[in-house]
Amino acid sequence: MSRSLNGSCKPQNRLAAVKVPKQEPSSRIKNFKEVVLGYNEEQALAEASRCLNCPNSPCVGGCPVGVEIPGFIKLVKEKKFDEAIAKIKEKNSLPAICGRVCPQEEQCQRNCVMGRKGDAVSIGQLERFVADLERGKGFQVSTVPSNGKKVAVVGAGPAGLTVAADLAKIGYKVTVFEALHTGGGVLVYGIPEFRLPKQIVQAEIDYIKKLGVEFRPDALIGRLFTVNELFSKGYEAVFIGTGAGLPKFLSVPGENLNGVYSANEFLIRVNLMKSYSFPLHKTPLSVGKNVAVIGGGNVAFDSARCALRLGAENVYIIYRRSRQEMPAREEEIRNAEEEGIKFKFLAAPTRFVSDEQGHVKGMQYVTMKLTEPDASGRSKPVPIEGSETLLDVDTIIVAIGRTPNPIIQGTTPGLKTQTGGIIVVNKETGQTSLEAVYAGGDIATGEATVISAMGSAKMAAKCIHEYLSKREKVKTCVALR
Amino acid sequence: MKQKELAQGTVIEKQQLNSVTKKITIYAPDIAAKARAGQFIILKVQPDSERIPLTLSSWSKKHGTITNIFQEVGYSTKELGNLEVGDKIMNVAGPLGNPSEIAKYGTVAVVCGGLGTAVAYPVAKALKEAGNKVVSIMGARNKDLFILEEEMTAVSDEVYFSSDDGSKGQKGFVSDILKSLIAKNYNFNMVFAIGPPIMMSVIADITRPYGIKTIASLNPIMVDGMGMCGACRVTIGNDVKFACVDGPEFDAHQVNFKELIQRLKSYFAEEKHVTLVVQQQGRTCQCHGR
Repeated sequence: MSRSLNGSCKPQNRLAAVKVPKQEPSSRIKNFKEVVLGYNEEQALAEASRCLNCPNSPCVGGCPVGVEIPGFIKLVKEKKFDEAIAKIKEKNSLPAICGRVCPQEEQCQRNCVMGRKGDAVSIGQLERFVADLERGKGFQVSTVPSNGKKVAVVGAGPAGLTVAADLAKIGYKVTVFEALHTGGGVLVYGIPEFRLPKQIVQAEIDYIKKLGVEFRPDALIGRLFTVNELFSKGYEAVFIGTGAGLPKFLSVPGENLNGVYSANEFLIRVNLMKSYSFPLHKTPLSVGKNVAVIGGGNVAFDSARCALRLGAENVYIIYRRSRQEMPAREEEIRNAEEEGIKFKFLAAPTRFVSDEQGHVKGMQYVTMKLTEPDASGRSKPVPIEGSETLLDVDTIIVAIGRTPNPIIQGTTPGLKTQTGGIIVVNKETGQTSLEAVYAGGDIATGEATVISAMGSAKMAAKCIHEYLSKREKVKTCVALR
Repeated sequence: MKQKELAQGTVIEKQQLNSVTKKITIYAPDIAAKARAGQFIILKVQPDSERIPLTLSSWSKKHGTITNIFQEVGYSTKELGNLEVGDKIMNVAGPLGNPSEIAKYGTVAVVCGGLGTAVAYPVAKALKEAGNKVVSIMGARNKDLFILEEEMTAVSDEVYFSSDDGSKGQKGFVSDILKSLIAKNYNFNMVFAIGPPIMMSVIADITRPYGIKTIASLNPIMVDGMGMCGACRVTIGNDVKFACVDGPEFDAHQVNFKELIQRLKSYFAEEKHVTLVVQQQGRTCQCHGR
C-alpha cells in the first residue's frame, strides 16, 4: 500500500488515508508547539474524496453528538467550506477542539466502511480543517433576541461551554461561573499546548462571548455563591459542569515526598500556569532527569510528553497491565513512542524512596501478570511474588484518574450523589434531584471524554429549554419528589 | 456609592506595617459578603503571575473590601507589594477553604507567631463574639515585627507577648508562655495555633499530654486552591487531606508537621532563580512601568 506523502496527494491509493503532516519527533520534543499540523486544502479535498457517502452513515452512529458526517464531507468535496462548518456546528459547538482531541478511532472512524479494507476516512482531520479555516476568517455571529430568561452555568469546561452556547443561540441570557482565572476547564489546565493550542480554546470562548454569554472567572460556586443563591440572583435554571478535577493518589509509602506530583498539579503548572516558559511566567516546576509517570491513560501520556519537553532525559510510562489494555488513544501512544517515551508494562509501584533531603530518588515496583479475562472480558493484574525492582527516578507523576470536585455537592442541600461524589442525574434529561438544576459532563458521568461531556451537555441544554419554556419563573431549587 | 464603580481587585489601601510586612485592602464585594474567619483567597496579580494563597485578615461587608497582610518573601509577594492604590489585581478568587469552627468553647488560647497573627486576628475576634474567654499569646523575633497588637488586644481578655530577643514581652517563644499558663491552671478548652509550622508543631506537643483540643491553620504550597492539584496535601493521622478543601484548619495533634515543613521547601531553588532573573532584567522590565 503506497501512502501519499506530506503535501503530495496524487496519485492516491483510495484505501490509504492522506497522511496528516506532523512536526518531526526530533524537533517537537524541544517545543510545545502543536505536533499535528493539519491538512491543507489539497490534502483535505483528497481525503474527503475517499468518503463513500454511505446511505446508512454508520459513522454518525459513532458520534456522541450525532454530527452529520457524510453531509459535511460532501460539502468539503464541493469546496463549500463555510457550509461544511455550518453543518458540523448544527450539532457540535466546538469542532476545532473535537477535531483535535476526540478519540475518532473509537467513535465515528471505527464505524467507517472504508476502514474495513483500508484506512477509515480521517473525519477528525477534516473537521479540524474546516474549523481552522473558519477561525482564520473570523467567526460569523448572529445573535437572536433575548427571551428574558437567565441561566447559570457552573464551570467553563467542555460541558459548560456547550450548554452556554446552545442556550445563548436560542435567546437565553447565560452567565458562566468559572472557579479558575480563565475559562476552558480541562481544555486549558489539562490538555497540553502541543495537542490543543490554547489560542483555539480562547477563540471558541470569544465566540461564545459574542453570542452574548457573560463569563465570570474566579467564582467558585459553593463558596462565593451557593447554587441556591444563584436562584435568588434571578437565574431560573442552573447547569453544573464542574468536571472530574480531584486527583487520585496510589496510597503507597513515600507519595508525599518532594518531586512527586499528581498529574493534575503537573499539568496545571505546565498548561494553565505556563511553567514551560518559566521564569517569563512565574509559576515554577521542577522536572528531574528521570521521570516516572504512573498510569496508561491520555493524562499519563500528556504528562510524560510534557516532562520530555521540559528537559527530562528518561521518561517512563509505568502501567500495571499490558499495552493492549492501555486506555490512551492509539495515536497518542504512537506519538509518545516516536518521541522516545519508555514503557514499563505490568509494573505496579509499591513504594517511593527518599533521598536525605526528603526528595524522591527511586520507585520500587512489582511485576504483574494478567489473569484469564473475567466475565467482563478484562484481565486482572496480580503481583508476581519476589519481583520487586527499584527504578532510579527523581520525579514521579501519578496519573491514575480523577474524581469529581466535592465543593458543590457539599454546599447544595438535597443534591443527590452516588459513590465517588458523582451527581445523580436522569439519563434522559440531565436533571439532578433538584428541580431546575441540571448536570452534565464528568461530574455526572465520572471521568470520560470531551465529546461525551459535550453530548450530555447538549441533552441538558435541550431539556433546560423545554423545562423553562413550560414552567413559570423558578424561585428556588426544590427537591424533586 | 462611589465604590460601586470600582472593578473587583482594585487596591483601595496599602500600608507598610513594618520592615517586612505589608497590608493591602482590595475591593471585592462578593468575597467580603461571604468571608468568614479562617478562610483564604487566591490572588493573581498579572497574566503571567503565580496564583498566591493568602488568608483573609479582615473584611468589610459594608465597604465591599477584604484585607490581607503578607510578607514580601519571594518574587510574587514582592509583585503584590509593588502595587499602588488604584492598581488592579487581575484575579481574586475566594473565599476558599472551610471557615474556622467557631463555638462557645469556654477559655480559648489563640497562639500566634509572626505573620500568623494576621490569620489569628479574625479567629480571635469571632471567638470573642461567640462568648469565649480569649487569651491571646503573640510572638515575633523582635519588638518591631509585631503586627495588629491593638486589634488583638481589643478582642482578647488577656494578651501575652514573647520575642526571641526579649525586646517585647517575655524573652523566648510563645510556647513558653502557653506552657506556663497551663501550669498556672488556665483550663484551656481549646487552643488555636497559627504561625510557622515549627511553632504549631511545638504547641501541639505541649497540649497533647493535657488532651487540650488544638487546631492548627496550615499553609502548604497551593496552585489552584480548590481541590484540583493536590500540591497542598498533608498527612492528618493516617489520611492524606488537601488543605485547600479539607482545611486549612486541622487537629494539630494529628498533623504530620515534619512532612509539611519538608514539602514547603519544594521550590526554594526556582524561587531564587525567578527573583535573580527578574533582578537582572530589572532595567528593561516592562511589567512594572506604572
